[in-house]
This record gives sequence, structure tokens and C-alpha cells, in this order.
Amino acid sequence: MNNKKSFKKSLGLGLSIAIGIFIFAYAFQVTDVDFGTTRDEVRQTSLTRVLRALAHPDLVEYETSELNVEIPFYLPCPEGETPSLPDNASNEPYITATAACAGPGEMLTVEGFNFPAYVQGPLNFITSSGVKKQLEKFQADADGYFIYEIEVPKRQPVAEAQAIRATVRTNIGGPMWSKNAIATWDKIIETIFIALLATTIGTLIAIPTSFIAARNLMVDNTSPLTSVAFSVIGWLIGIWIGSQTTQWLLTLFEPIADNLALNLAGTFVSFAILYAVLRWSIGTDEDEKASLAKRVTSTIGLAVFGIAFAIFFSISFRAIGTLITEPLGSFGFFGNFIFQLGEIMVMLTPALIAIFFGAFVGSSLSKIGQRISDYMPAAQVKLINILLASIAGAALFALFGAGVEWFYQIANPVKTLYIPAGVGAALGLILAITTTAKSPLPTGLIIYTITRTILNGTRSVEPLVMAIIAVIWVGIGPFAGSLALALHTVAALAKLYSEQVESISAGPIEAVQATGANQLQTIVYAVVPQIIPPYISFTMYRWDINVRMSTIIGFVGGGGIGFLLSQNINLLDYRAASAQMLAIAVVVASMDYISSVIREKFV
Amino acid sequence: MLEIKNLSKKYEGGPLALDDVSFNIPQGEFLAVIGLSGSGKSTLLRCINRLIEPTAGDIVWNDINVTAASDDELRTVRRKIGMVFQHFNLVSRSSVLTNVLSGRLGYTNPAMSFFNKFSQEDVDNAYKELERVGIAEKAHQRADELSGGQQQRVGIARAMMQNPAIILADEPVASLDPVLAHSIMQHLEKINKEHNVTVLCSLHFLDLVHQYADRAIALNDGKLMFDGPPNEIDDAKFKEIYGKDAERVG
Repeated sequence: MNNKKSFKKSLGLGLSIAIGIFIFAYAFQVTDVDFGTTRDEVRQTSLTRVLRALAHPDLVEYETSELNVEIPFYLPCPEGETPSLPDNASNEPYITATAACAGPGEMLTVEGFNFPAYVQGPLNFITSSGVKKQLEKFQADADGYFIYEIEVPKRQPVAEAQAIRATVRTNIGGPMWSKNAIATWDKIIETIFIALLATTIGTLIAIPTSFIAARNLMVDNTSPLTSVAFSVIGWLIGIWIGSQTTQWLLTLFEPIADNLALNLAGTFVSFAILYAVLRWSIGTDEDEKASLAKRVTSTIGLAVFGIAFAIFFSISFRAIGTLITEPLGSFGFFGNFIFQLGEIMVMLTPALIAIFFGAFVGSSLSKIGQRISDYMPAAQVKLINILLASIAGAALFALFGAGVEWFYQIANPVKTLYIPAGVGAALGLILAITTTAKSPLPTGLIIYTITRTILNGTRSVEPLVMAIIAVIWVGIGPFAGSLALALHTVAALAKLYSEQVESISAGPIEAVQATGANQLQTIVYAVVPQIIPPYISFTMYRWDINVRMSTIIGFVGGGGIGFLLSQNINLLDYRAASAQMLAIAVVVASMDYISSVIREKFV
Repeated sequence: MLEIKNLSKKYEGGPLALDDVSFNIPQGEFLAVIGLSGSGKSTLLRCINRLIEPTAGDIVWNDINVTAASDDELRTVRRKIGMVFQHFNLVSRSSVLTNVLSGRLGYTNPAMSFFNKFSQEDVDNAYKELERVGIAEKAHQRADELSGGQQQRVGIARAMMQNPAIILADEPVASLDPVLAHSIMQHLEKINKEHNVTVLCSLHFLDLVHQYADRAIALNDGKLMFDGPPNEIDDAKFKEIYGKDAERVG
């Protein structure tokens, strides 16, 4: 019994070792492991060359003066008289050869005299058309003498005299930053700012997203099917109304888009009215619920003047930006900054207004749904559920079908509209029939799952791949790199953040909820104070990663130092590439240090 | 008047935590809830303000059915019910003052509280409440810098900011030493007597029950085992509540 067991055990062990050996043997095969090449002489020579180049980063250069010493040379020897070498016994540097002519491939001894001590330089063969071919690299000894045996190049015979030339370059004056060093500096600054922008934008979006992606905050949100169906329909209607309204408003505002004074006036007036409406609607005493009429008027007022304010405000920003770019001179980038801020707002306004309308109509209808579910008899609620869930399902799936149509251009309404809508309606119907009329659905959990899925999907796409798409969208340059990195930052940070939210202690949340606080207040008072330190820590960590990522995002055209680095590697200019690698190492190391110092301060 | 009618709670995949519990509490009573750990005391208290959703039964407070209340109605009910916790449940990184003011959240407009803005009256009251529990000078310290007894007093001040009609105290002194325990119980007693606030307080030590409670109820395995004045808990009752092998301490 015992023996049998131990036999089985050793058989299992032997088998797993055999499988392990097989796996690694196959891995060697697949990855082309060949240690023979590592000892290959040719490859070792090139490795040495590259490593030496990398050890000499192209950072400084000198102004040089060039001294050329040459003798005429005939290739091949002309017929008839044999050319003689010039007589050269002076104190100046000169070279001489064993013969003034030779056939291709013959050996020749070249001597140099009176050169500066230990000087180095190329010994070139110069054709009659001025093309250089390096014969040897000479180095003079302490007396300024060198001697080399060289092979005469195999070239087409030419009648005229060609030349053998020794060139000596001497540095004049002190060292200067090389062109490569200056370019590296420019690009490394660009790199740091790409990382800064990507981290800032990413963090701003990731923070609210992380709350939706936190299980402990979402799991308690449930609502009955009636309310869910109402809110889906409401969101869709609201978004449609919102986007239509903004488009209409933007065309309405078009004529005064260039009139700064009008826009500024509009900004201030709409802001003043907005503020007044806000004060009036909020009031101070929450003990009495505001009357329905007051709430409706104040909501409409807020919406109208909020939209007007947003549009005036963003257009003014653009106008001010354009206006001050010129007079600011070298600080014109500040004008551009303001213009671009305005541009962002002009872009975001329609989206935000659409979302605002969606949220408003969605939540109002959802409340109606909740009421219906709370107060009507179950049979009627069931009927309403069946109707609404079918409509909502059809609408959602029709939207999905529209997405499919956009990507695949099927241009067949049966496939991209009717069938999806039918399937959606059927699914809604099934949902409505199978669930008990008033039982709450885990809406929070569903939203959580969808958000998590999107985040995981986005995170699994490497920023390099995103950068390729961004480059196509906004063109080669640092902007594309920032966009790609920002998107990846959102996905990565939102996940890290939400895990922090999930690990906070539940006690304070319970306590704040017990005071009658709503969900927003609970987040602000019980959640946010607990997550500030880890959020700062993760943001710094992400900044660190972004600096590292932005150094290579240029490989695909995303700007930054990677662009320069890949260029120099492709040109085989390893000394220049070495300078860029050095810059990356310095920046990454110092970022690492700075971020750890800041993290320590806050945590 | 708070009426608990046939209240039951079954956790998913667990046994009945509360089994058909019914009792009434007149306004202004100091009611002790006793029982072993896991007997359902915390569940009972949390069902009253629906931090835990009961499975069956009703809770009626001044003719409002709490169990059937919508989210909005529930919030207005909750803000009249203060709660004090065994582990204080303060937001440790926030200041003591902010913790106390958070008791006001149910009364404050969410838009205002988003910017951490409370009315001057609330701020003045917060200082007054801190003074009442004797730690006014700690108002601007971080909550986690305070000792346990001080933190529990902040918890009481926070509950009092709600201007409550009921205070639910879930083992408020279980994490404190006996001297501090008495001082916290005295604060609760004072609130109960001076402001006519109903106090439901779960307790472990019977001497505290005898000293402070007007009435006691006992739970065992979610069932109501005893309902009456504390001095009626004799040895026989005690064994019934805590099991045959239990020995009285304190």
C-alpha cells in the first residue's frame, strides 16, 4: 500500500521532470538559441565596435583644423617613364611610399615623417574625381613617424595622377555641445512634458472612473426593472436631445464667434444669472423639500444658462488665445495654451451637454419607474415592464447594430437594424417575464462589470499600439504620444485606484450613511479621505512609468526622444544613439528618485 | 414610539440572524440589548436604520414605515437616528471637526457639502457638541491622533449633530477600558435624560446594563429571549440567554 503510493509519487515526479525537459528543449528550438554565434569572430568584432561607440556618446565636439599631406600616385603605372616621388626632405610633415605607382592589389609601404607626436588620422586613397577610400588608420610615434604596409585598391585604371593622403585633424579651442547633444536635450524635455500631460489628463479621467469600477461602492445599487428600463430609454432620449440642442446652439452662436466683446459680455451675464439661479434653487434650509415647480424652473434655468455660459466661455477662450499670441512674442505659447483650452471646451461642450441631458432625463424617468414599481400592483408593473424592457432592449441593440454598421459597412438594414432590434426586444421581453415584477436588479454590479471589462480591454493594448492609431489621427509628433499614453494611463490608473477604493475600511462609510448622507456625500466624506494617500502614490508611480514609456513611444512616431533614438539606430550612428540612451537613463533615474521622495512625503 | 414587528433577517447562505423579533420602545427609553457575540444584536440595530435590509417584518417609527421607505424618505428617517459604533468608525484622516460636522450631512445640500461647506450655525453647534463631551480643544486634530475614549466621544458628538430622536449604540464601550466605558455610558445617559432621546444600546457587561438601562432585551440565535427590566435577569434567565455553561462576570 505504502510502496504503491511512493511508486506512484516517483513516477509522477519523473514524468513532470521529463515534461519540463521537453518544454525547455522546445523553447530553445523556438527561440533559436544558438550560443555558437556568440563566439563568432566577425560578430564579436562588430559587437566590440558597437559597444565602444556606445561608450563614446556623441555629446561634445570641437572646432577642428585639417592638415592634408599627400603624394601623387599612379594606378596602374603609366607606360613609358616611371613617375618619381617628389623630394621631400624638409621639416614639414610629409609622406613617402616605396613607389609612385603600382598595379591594383599590389602591396606598398607608406612612411610618414615629421607629424605631430602620437597623432592619429586616416590614410586615404584619393581618386582623380576626389573620392576617398580609407587605406589605413595611422598613428604616429613619439617622433611623428609612422610606417604602414597597404594594399593598392583594385580600381579601374586611370591615366591621371591620383593621390595617397594622410589627414591630421587638430582640435581648436574648448569643447562645445555637439548638434546631437542639443537635439537630445530638446527631445528629452519634450519627453518629460509628454509624460506630464499624459499623467495629468489620465489622472483626471481615472479618478471618477475608479469609483464606478469599485465593487464595494457599486454593489449596493439596485433598482427594479421598471426603473432600469425607464432610465435606459431616458438616457438615449436625453443624449439625443442634448446633442441636437448643442448643435443648434453652436450654429446659432456661429456669427458672433469672432466677436470677443460680445462673447465676454455673454460669459459674464450668463455666469451671473447662473449663479443667481443656483443660489435660489439650493437655498439653505433642506428641511423642507422644494416645491416641484421650483425644482423644474431651477433645473431648466440651470440648463439654459449653464449651456450658454459654457459656449460663451469656451469661444471667448479661443478668441483671447488668438488675440494675445502675437503681442506676447516669445511667450506666444501661452496664447496658444488658452486657445487650445478653449478648443478643448468647445469639443467637450456638446458631449457634456448630451451627457447632462441624458443623465437628467434618465434619472427623472428612472424615478418615475421607481414610483410605479413602488406603488402600483404587481400585475400592472409586470405589464409595464414587458413593454418598456422590450423597447429599451430594442433601442440598445439597435445602437449596437449601428456600431456594427459603422465598422463593417454592411449597408443592409435587415442585418444591422431590424435583427438587432428584434433580438434586443426579445431579450428585454425574456428579462421582464423571468424576473419578479418588483425585485431589484443589480444595476450597480452590471455597470461595474462593464466598466471593468472596458478598462481591462484598454489596458491590455500596449501604448505603442495606441500611439500608432493616435499618429494616424493627429499626425506624427508628441501630441499623438501624449494621447496614447493618456488613454493607457486612464485604464491602468482607474484599475489601481478602484482596487484602493475596494480595500478601504467600511466603518466610516457605514457611519456616514447612517447620518442620512446620499451617495455623493458618502464618497466625499467617507471614501475620499481614505484614498488620498494611495491615489497620490499611484499617480507618482504612473508618472514614472509614463516617463519611461514616452522615451520609446517615439519609435512609432509619438514624439519625444524615442524618435531621435530610433533614427540614429537605423542610421547605425551608435555614438549619437548612445547620447540619447544616456539622457533616458539620467531622466528615468532622477524621476524614480523624485517620485519616491514625493511618495514618502504623502503616505 | 419605535415599533419592531416580526423582524427577521437571513444573510445569504447563512442561518437566520434575526428570527421574528417584535418589541416596542417608547420615546425616551434607555434600552439595553444583550446577548452573546453573533446573537444578532448588531444586525438588529442596523436593521432599524436599514444599514442592513431586513428580510421580513416591519419597523415603524412615529407612524412612518421605515422598511418600506424610498431612498429619499429613508435619508430623512436616518438623519433623525444617530449611531455610535464599537470601533468608532471615524474617518481617521479627517479632522475631528469634519467628523462631527459629517453628522449634519443629511440636512445639508449635497452641492454645498461637496465643497466642504457647512452653515455657520452647524459649525457653531459642532464646537458646542465637542465641548459637551469635553474635547473642544481637539477640534482641529486628525481623528486618528485621538485616544480610543476621545474617539468615541467624537462619535457621540457626531450622532448628536443629527439632532436625533433615537441613538443606536452598537457596543459603544466594548473597545474601551472600564473607566472610559463608564464615562461614555454617562454621556449617553445624559443625552437620554436631558434631551429625551431614545437610546438602544447593545452591551456585554450586565453591571452596565443594571446601572444605565431602563429596560433590557436579550437575543440568542436571533430569537428574543427576554424583555423586561434589567433587575429581572436572575441566574436562571442568565443561563437561558447566555447558555448553560456561561459564568457571570462583573
